[in-house]
This record gives sequence, C-alpha cells and structure tokens, in this order.
Amino acid sequence: MEQILLYLSDHMDMIYFIVLSVFVGIEVIGNVPTVLHTPLMSGANAIHGVVVVGAIYVMLHLQADDIGALILGFLAVLLGTLNVVGGFVVTDRMLEMFKKKN
Amino acid sequence: MSLNLPLLEICYLIASITFVVGLKMMGNPKTARKGNLIGAFGMTVAIIGTIVLHDQKVPVFIYGLIGLAIVIGTIVGWLTAKKVAMTKMPELVSLFNGMGGACAALISLIEYPNMQLEAGSMLAVLAGLVIGSVSFSGSMIAFLKLNGTMKKAIRLPAYNILNTVVMISLFIWVAVMILVTGFDGTIMLYLLLALALVYGVLFVIPIGGADMPVVISLLNSFTGLAAAFGGFLYDNKAMLTGGILVGSAGTLLTLVMCKAMNRPLSNVIFGAFGGGSDTAAAGGDSGGSVKDISCADLAVLMNYSKRVVIVPGYGLAVAQAQHVIHDIELLLESRGVEVKYAIHPVAGRMPGHMNVLLAESSVDYGKLFEMDEINPEFSSTDVVLIVGANDVVNPAAKTDPSSPIYGMPILEVDQAAHVIVNKRSMNAGYAGIDNPLFYDPKTSMLFGDAKTVLTTLANELKAL
Repeated sequence: MEQILLYLSDHMDMIYFIVLSVFVGIEVIGNVPTVLHTPLMSGANAIHGVVVVGAIYVMLHLQADDIGALILGFLAVLLGTLNVVGGFVVTDRMLEMFKKKN
Repeated sequence: MSLNLPLLEICYLIASITFVVGLKMMGNPKTARKGNLIGAFGMTVAIIGTIVLHDQKVPVFIYGLIGLAIVIGTIVGWLTAKKVAMTKMPELVSLFNGMGGACAALISLIEYPNMQLEAGSMLAVLAGLVIGSVSFSGSMIAFLKLNGTMKKAIRLPAYNILNTVVMISLFIWVAVMILVTGFDGTIMLYLLLALALVYGVLFVIPIGGADMPVVISLLNSFTGLAAAFGGFLYDNKAMLTGGILVGSAGTLLTLVMCKAMNRPLSNVIFGAFGGGSDTAAAGGDSGGSVKDISCADLAVLMNYSKRVVIVPGYGLAVAQAQHVIHDIELLLESRGVEVKYAIHPVAGRMPGHMNVLLAESSVDYGKLFEMDEINPEFSSTDVVLIVGANDVVNPAAKTDPSSPIYGMPILEVDQAAHVIVNKRSMNAGYAGIDNPLFYDPKTSMLFGDAKTVLTTLANELKAL
C-alpha cells in the first residue's frame, strides 16, 4: 500500500494529466449528432490502436535471444497495426459516404 | 547528448494534439473525414517516431521483425477494411477493437517479468493484461454474434452472480499478485490471463444481438483504458492521451446509446430481455390476423400517394437492399410523391448504421430525418414503408407497461394512413417480443427478402 502511494505521488503530473484528459474526452464527444455515432466509435477504435506504440517500444528493448518474448512482441505489433490501419481505413470509408450528394 | 528523446516527445505531443482535434472534428458531418485523416497522420508520426527516435542499440533483426509485423498488419488491415461490405461494418469494428485489446494484453505478458519490484508498475501491467484480455475475448464474442455465427443469447444458470464472482476474483487476484510476494508469479500471471479471457466471454454471451452496439462501444472504451495503462507504465504521453480520450469518450458514447434506447446501461449488461420469453407468449394472445399486400397493389397505392415515409432497419442491411430502396425513392419522386426516410437512433446494429448504408447508395443526406423531426409528420403521411425494422416501430413501447421495451422512444408510424411492413417472416425482432403493429387494421404485411420484394416493387412502379 505504501509503495502504491509513493508511486502515485511520484507520478502526480501524470495523474493530473489523466484527470484532465478524461474531461477532454467527454467534452469532445458532447452534442454529436446520432448519425455520426458509428463513425465516431470506429474512429475512437482506431485511436486506441496507439497501444501499438507500446508494443514497438517493448520490442526495441528486448534481448535478441529472448525468443518467447520476441514472438509475443511480434504478435502485439501485428495486432496493434491491424487495429490502427483497419480502424482508420474503415472509418474513412464510412465518412466518405457522407460526402456523396446528388 | 542525443536529441532523439526530446524529438520523440515532440512527436508524441503532435500525436496527442491530432487525436483531440481529430476526434473533435469527427463530431461534425462537414469536418468528420478530415478529422479522421488528421488522427491517422498523428498516429503515423507517433509510430515512426517510436521506431526511429530512441537511444537503444537494437539488433537489425528486431527492426526486421517490427517492420514485418507492421507491413503484414497494414496490408491485412487495409484490405479487410476496404473489401468488407458496408453491412458488415459493425462486426469489423468489433474485430479491430479485439486486436487492440490483445495487443495491450501481450505487452503486459512480456513486461511482467521486468516488473517484479515496483507496485505501481505492476498495477499498470496487470490492469493492462486484465482489461486488454476482457476486451479481446468480449469483442470476439460480439463479432461472432454480429456475423450470425452465435445467434442466441446464452444464459448460464445464475449468470449475473457467476459474472460478478468472476469479476471480483479478478480484482482480488490482481491485489494478491501485487501485495503478496514469494510465489511463482508466472503461473499466477497465466491463470489471471485465462480468468480474464473467460470473463470477457461470460460478460458478452448473455447479451442479445440488439445490444451489441452498446457492448462494442463499451469494450472500445475498455481497450482505450488498457492502452492508457500502457501509457502510464512507459510514461508515454501519446498512449495516455489516446487511451484516456477513447476511454472517456467511449464511455460517454455508450451512455448516449443507452439513452437513445431509454434503458440504463446496467439493464443492458444484466439482461433486461431475460423475461422476453414470458412477454412474447403473453403478446401472442393479443395477436389477431395479419393482412398481406402484393407488390402490384402496393405500387399502385404508393404511386397515388402524396407523402411516403420509408423506415429502414437491420433487415435492409442484411438484404443489402439500400440501392433498390433508393431506386424506389427516385421513381416515386419522378411521379411527384414526396419521399422521406425516418431514422430511429438505434435502427440497425449501430447508431448511424442506416445513415451510412443509405449514403452508400447516394440517398440525399437532407432526406434522412431523425425520430424527433419525423414523428409529428406521420399523421399527414399516406404510406409508411417499413423495411426490416421491428422493435423501433413497436407501439407496445408506448402502450404496454409490461413490455420489456416499454418507455423506449419509437417512430410513431401507426399515425399514418397506411403502414406496410416488409419482413421475411412473422418472427419476432431482436428483442424477442411480439409487435401489435402487425395486427393493426391499417397495417399490411409484405413478406419476403427485402431486396427481392423491393426489386419487384420497383418493376411494378416502372410499369405503371
């Protein structure tokens, strides 16, 4: 418990950052018309693909002989990239359709 | 002193700003597409920055592995997203969401052995593992449910209690792993992984297909949270901003969707439609006879109407009938009939699903009306054509307090002079409840696959 408290107080900047980001997230989504809910969900889905950055970071810090971790890391980067690329492309496809007008 | 790391921080700053701005722009139809591209640009900066700007000595073959994974992921992701039919979009979003969750969980699996000492980092690793895994297995089940592989909601005996117990066990497990030392952590870690995966499955299987959008939106915010824990672990601002933004925005979006259905979130998760079978049986008694109409008769009826409103639902998406419905709209307009589309907030399998589909077949955006705008107009409408929608036009939501959907705002189609319902059969909708609208004397049923029936209708209209 003491350890956790110390850890938190060491990372106070980050905690402020988190709390403020939560409000930014709520603010950004407020008053969005229903028609955009699906694309927005899809776009948000692509953005959390930023987790791939963590996967790449992990890979860069692995030892060359740590085969098991390298395999997991490879998979992580692969799946994360799928999330990012697929997410953005499918969102773009949805939004592209809104532009077509007669 | 290398400038790599300060530069990397700037990359992450750019990424964080583009995520916020991009998401904000996606809230407006005019700027939405640009917003998405801006987000994608920021993401690219963050990814390339991470690979290029660091102070590590990295063996070339690890670079090769990273590059290979990115190339495969890009090609597969790009092709899947481009090729899949627009009607399959919801399950695709679910699938990609699951990939992100799995990515977060894998990171935790790799990092765990390096985190034995610090409680805070340990918490971030374990939370990332649990949330990522739940999001992964939950999304896979949601995917299977949406593509029809898993049709029925599966309810284990006392599933609510079971799920709660599993959830609490997850919390206790994580606490034990952080606070108690002196056991083999790796075995504990894999057991935790297994338990989290099982929880994801248990969490989603009792929930019906109609509620999947809410579930996906919720799992989406879970994955955001998992990414944020990763950011916390590495003090990585791009992961933090991206993750938390999605976590909080996703949660809000989930609540907005629930509000559109007039049901609290707890109701969705703990299964309000559990009693659906009783109600359906009770509803069966109220059933009278239903009336059929032929395409030829309907063509005449519509041709000589002044105002027609089309109500699209999931059936339209399944039958891929969005193009033929647009043809019918054009035919009617050329005969001087005013045609509008009434879009219920939860029509289809995702909010906005119908708008996207109709936009695909070039239906004018200005002809789509949301529920509150169109409801006052039904009383002056001659014909309402309902294509593959059911629960969103069920008058029981207004009149029958015992109905599970009682209180949900509906399209008040029963105010119109004629109501035509296209359905494949008399089966109940996703909520599994009977619809008194079908037995209304004003209602005529047009049975058959939406695309087939509407094509016939279009031909009959042309012949007039």
